[in-house]
Amino acid sequence: MDNVLLARMLFGSSLIFHIIFATLGVGLTLMILIAEILRVVRKDDDYGILAKRWTKAVAILLGVAIPSGTIVAVMLALLWPGFIEVVGQVIALPFTLEIFAFFIEALFLSIYVYAASRLSSTMRIISVFFVALGATASAVLITNVQSWMNTPTGFNVVNGEITDVRPWEAVLNPAFGYTAVHVASSAYMATAFVVASVAAYQLLKPNLKASEKTYHRKGLMVALVFGAITSIWTATNGHASAVGLHNNVPVKLAAAEGLFETQSNAPLAIFGTPDPEANRVVGGIELPGMLSYLATGSLDGVVVGLNEFPRDEWPPLFVHTLFNIMVGIGTLLIGLSFGALAYRFIFKKREYPNWLLIPIIGSGPLAMLGIETGWIFACIGRQPWTIYGIQRTAEAATKSANLGTFFVIFLTLYVFLLVITALVMRFYFRRNPLINEFNSQSPSV
Amino acid sequence: MEAYVAIIIIWLFLFFYALGGAIDFGAGFWSMFYFGRKDTTAASIANLYLTPSWKVTNVFLVLFVVALVGFFPHAAFTLGSIMIVPVSFVLILLIIRSAFMVYSYSVQKYTKAFTYISGITGLLIPALMLSILPIIIGGFVEVVGDRHYILYDRLLTSPTLYAHIGFGLAAELFLSSLFLSDYAREAKSMETYKVYRKNAIILGPIMIGMAVAATMTLIPEAMWMVENMASQWHLFALSVIVFSVGYSALWWPSRKGRVGQPRVAVVFMMIQIGLASFAYGWSHMPYIVYPKLTLYDALTNNQMFYSLLWGYGIGMAIIVPLFYWFWRLFLKDKRYLTNEEVDDVR
Ligand code: HDD
Ligand code: HEM
Ligand code: HEM
Repeated sequence: MDNVLLARMLFGSSLIFHIIFATLGVGLTLMILIAEILRVVRKDDDYGILAKRWTKAVAILLGVAIPSGTIVAVMLALLWPGFIEVVGQVIALPFTLEIFAFFIEALFLSIYVYAASRLSSTMRIISVFFVALGATASAVLITNVQSWMNTPTGFNVVNGEITDVRPWEAVLNPAFGYTAVHVASSAYMATAFVVASVAAYQLLKPNLKASEKTYHRKGLMVALVFGAITSIWTATNGHASAVGLHNNVPVKLAAAEGLFETQSNAPLAIFGTPDPEANRVVGGIELPGMLSYLATGSLDGVVVGLNEFPRDEWPPLFVHTLFNIMVGIGTLLIGLSFGALAYRFIFKKREYPNWLLIPIIGSGPLAMLGIETGWIFACIGRQPWTIYGIQRTAEAATKSANLGTFFVIFLTLYVFLLVITALVMRFYFRRNPLINEFNSQSPSV
Repeated sequence: MEAYVAIIIIWLFLFFYALGGAIDFGAGFWSMFYFGRKDTTAASIANLYLTPSWKVTNVFLVLFVVALVGFFPHAAFTLGSIMIVPVSFVLILLIIRSAFMVYSYSVQKYTKAFTYISGITGLLIPALMLSILPIIIGGFVEVVGDRHYILYDRLLTSPTLYAHIGFGLAAELFLSSLFLSDYAREAKSMETYKVYRKNAIILGPIMIGMAVAATMTLIPEAMWMVENMASQWHLFALSVIVFSVGYSALWWPSRKGRVGQPRVAVVFMMIQIGLASFAYGWSHMPYIVYPKLTLYDALTNNQMFYSLLWGYGIGMAIIVPLFYWFWRLFLKDKRYLTNEEVDDVR
């Protein structure tokens, strides 16, 4: 297999692995903060127990999140030296600042976890606030590089040389705002549904004690409310991202929607397969005019189609499916979380029946799938460019051999670690059941 | 000028990571070595240090890599193609080590097996990292067109590779023992102090011997480097003197009737490693990878250079006070050092 393809497979699989842990790291730290605050505001120790158990989960996840992040950072330099050469000249700042976000997160996390009993509850809230801030900041900063890859600014190219570099202009590239907000909100959202899944799964168990039931119900409620808010927010700023694509990276939007001809009144195609022979999406549902409306705000706005671009600048057409999956999941989860909240607050039912708990169990894996498909869409939808319009993926890639062997080794390792992590979680929370927490009731988290 | 400022910053980061990493991986090894021993608390002292610190140590590794490619982006192609094999193995060991170290605290049933996995993988990491040094000195790289190949058959049969690996192992074990002896003193555990002091006494001369062996075996492979090192002899000589003073501090009397002043020894060893690594790095100049790639070729542009300086400056100003607080909480606070609380929250 050729080198570039192997490099893409190795790097892509490493990121697909890292993002699982990274997303949960970003989201859970914020949820811990919320639980710590609720505990003080409501004077209810159940929230303290929630915070404590989520913190334990974070501690386990970090065992893989941190080294897998180190892997992707180092691999970025090893596998894409051509890309790094440009990064180092134009957009090295966010990587630098990100280090300090990592420091803040790591230092405050240790303080929050291991010095808990020596801190007042205000100090505890402050430290977990900085943990959450550090985690979100590191996601935003890495996304900054990613948004710059889509809309590279802040430099000129003269005879193939990069000149006249303006580092801050690169940081404040046109795609940064909406991309960063969408990434952060979708990470919160995905975590909320993962937490909701776990709580719903616990509630399905027979023979729960009353205290356990209330505890899990509180966890479920926090997660559902948080999930409902963040999922609406994610859809709104996801829409902003699509408008951003329309303005900045039209070929990506065209591929996402399977639009071939430039046209006003462009239809929105849901599912189906883009067919370059037929010049349209076959086998899907078409909503006439909707794409024009979503991208430009009016039914007769003009949306650029793939045929405006040379064939060798088209991304692979299957990104249409990835995009549909992401948007579909977003829509579905808005429905689910609001439906479940309505059941609780409008119909005033305290207990969720099984037919509602079972779909909630599915929501966590679905939300993670949304994260994965969204990212794979963002990276593959940029093909054949690594830096849109500036550098092709083949020019960025390393020339060294041996990548095939490492792909197999790393992939095996990732699968193995996923299994081990799941087993460790299960084992730990079995060995330390909730009942013990009620019994010990230690004031310290 | 800019190139030298940049390389000194990178050397500083590397210096901190070398110390932090040696202590971190070494502590992991000792926690395995003394695992389950009823007669000593050496393992739990090592863990007491490791649990809050390993994340922070790891950030220094990322800091080093990011600073290197940020300041010297044009080195990426060459470094990338030479490093891919050894660095990928380091990464594989690193993720296994961190994961199993964290997991060993969570699954009591398998603590022993997990501690062994993380102890051994951790032990190998610094050794593997040091094996990269003889490669970038240029003795084992062949350049064909714009591709670089490592001559594995020559590398793997060369004594200098094994001398470097040996040095990595000895330095890691020595520095971590020395540091943990001081940490044990801080935790008022005399008996553990004695265990680690004894380790440090044995390992110190081994480390120095290995360093000399690594340099000597370099002669046939990279004469240019050895000549440069010879011209830095005063720095190396100074570092040997500092080492001797620090080593002797392990026997200095203290007011409390204990033999040895571990804090003094630790500080002197930090200075020693600083001097020696600086002299080594300076001998390497101006090459990043000999003989093709120099600092000047690899440096980024002026605008980026200065904005990076600002970035690191402001970041450090925020982070240094935090480090101080962290140090007070975990390396000095008696309540942390003598409390069992760690066992139930980690
Ligand atoms: C839980 C996950 C999740 C959900 C439900 C959604 N997204 Fe998303 N989306 C992401 C998770 C995500 C992501 C993983 O965070 C991406 C990948 C790269 C990025 O910038 O964010 C992304 C990228 C992304 C992009 C590409 C940005 C670019 O390449 O520059 C667009 C246009 C959208 N999203 C639009 C939407 C819309 C209209 C949604 C409607 C509900 C939606 N997303 C839901
Ligand atoms: C948008 C996707 C990403 C998100 C949300 C994300 C977020 C995170 C989070 C939350 C952590 C744990 C940090 C800690 O606790 O210290 C982490 C670790 C890390 N990530 Fe990612 N990351 C993403 C992609 C990347 C990419 C593409 C790179 C490299 C270029 C990267 C580099 C790192 C590094 C180096 C670490 C380890 C930091 C340490 O040593 O503490 N991440 N990331
Ligand atoms: C964490 C979530 C991410 C996932 C799951 C992901 C996924 C992928 C995949 C699958 C590829 C291979 C694409 C192909 O070649 O067809 C890729 C390439 C790449 N990604 Fe991402 N990516 C993520 C985040 C990022 C971020 C935050 C950055 C920016 C630093 C980034 C930079 C790159 C680069 C430089 C390449 C290689 C060049 C290229 O193929 O264009 N990725 N990624």
